Amino acid sequence: MKIRVKLFASVRQALGRSLLELELPEGATVADLRAQLKSQFAQLHLENAGVLVAVNLRYAKPDQVLHDEDEVALIPPVGGG
Amino acid sequence: MERTKQRLFEITTEPISVDEVNARVAARSIGAITSFTGVVRDRTGEREVKFLEYEAYSKMAEAMLAQIGAEIQQRWPQIEAVSIVHRTGRLAVGEVSVVIAVAAAHRPDTFDACRYAIDRLKTVVPIWKREIGPSGEVWMESRPGGDFEGERLC
Repeated sequence: MKIRVKLFASVRQALGRSLLELELPEGATVADLRAQLKSQFAQLHLENAGVLVAVNLRYAKPDQVLHDEDEVALIPPVGGG
Repeated sequence: MERTKQRLFEITTEPISVDEVNARVAARSIGAITSFTGVVRDRTGEREVKFLEYEAYSKMAEAMLAQIGAEIQQRWPQIEAVSIVHRTGRLAVGEVSVVIAVAAAHRPDTFDACRYAIDRLKTVVPIWKREIGPSGEVWMESRPGGDFEGERLC
C-alpha cells in the first residue's frame, strides 16, 4: 500500500519537501514506517531528533497498524507558544 | 450576552486580539476570565531575534488545542469555557503569537487552568518556530521528547 507522509519544520527542511510517499506492505505498523524511513533517508535521525509519528491527527504508538487512507505525519519536537 | 459562535480553538495567520479571544469565552454566567498572551521577544539568551517564523500542522494543532480544552474541563469542572488561538507565519518582535482565555463563574481555578493550557500547548501541539536573527536561523524546540500522558511514542 502507498502511505503519504506529511513533513513539517526541520524534517521538511532536511528532506527538501513537504510530502513523501512510501510503499509499505499491508498490515505495516508505525514502527515499520519508521524503519523504512530510516533505511530510505539516512539524513533523518528520527530517534535522536525526537521525531514522533501522527496518524489521523493523533500521536501514534509504534504498534499502530496503518491503512492506505490514513493521514500520516512526522512531528519533530514542537515549539509553539 | 451569548457566547459567540466563533471557533474556540484556532490556528490563524491573522493578528490576534486579546479582547477578541476573551469575548469568545464570555457569557452571562462568567465572573472571571484569566488570559495568557505570548509575545515575540527580542532575544533568546544571548541571541538577538529579528522575527519568528511559526509553522503549524493546522488540522492536528486545532484538534490538540481542543483536546487541551477538554482536559482542562475534566481536571477543573468549574471551568466553563476555554479558547486558544495561535498565530502562524512571520511575527516581528512585540507581536502576539498566542492568546489563551479561561473562563469560570469564580476565579480560583482559572489561573491553574490557564497555566496548564500554555504548558501543554508547548509540549504537544504541532506548532514550530524558527528564530531568525543576525547570526542565522534556528528551530526552537521546547518539547523534551514526547512526554505526554498515555500516548508515549516511538
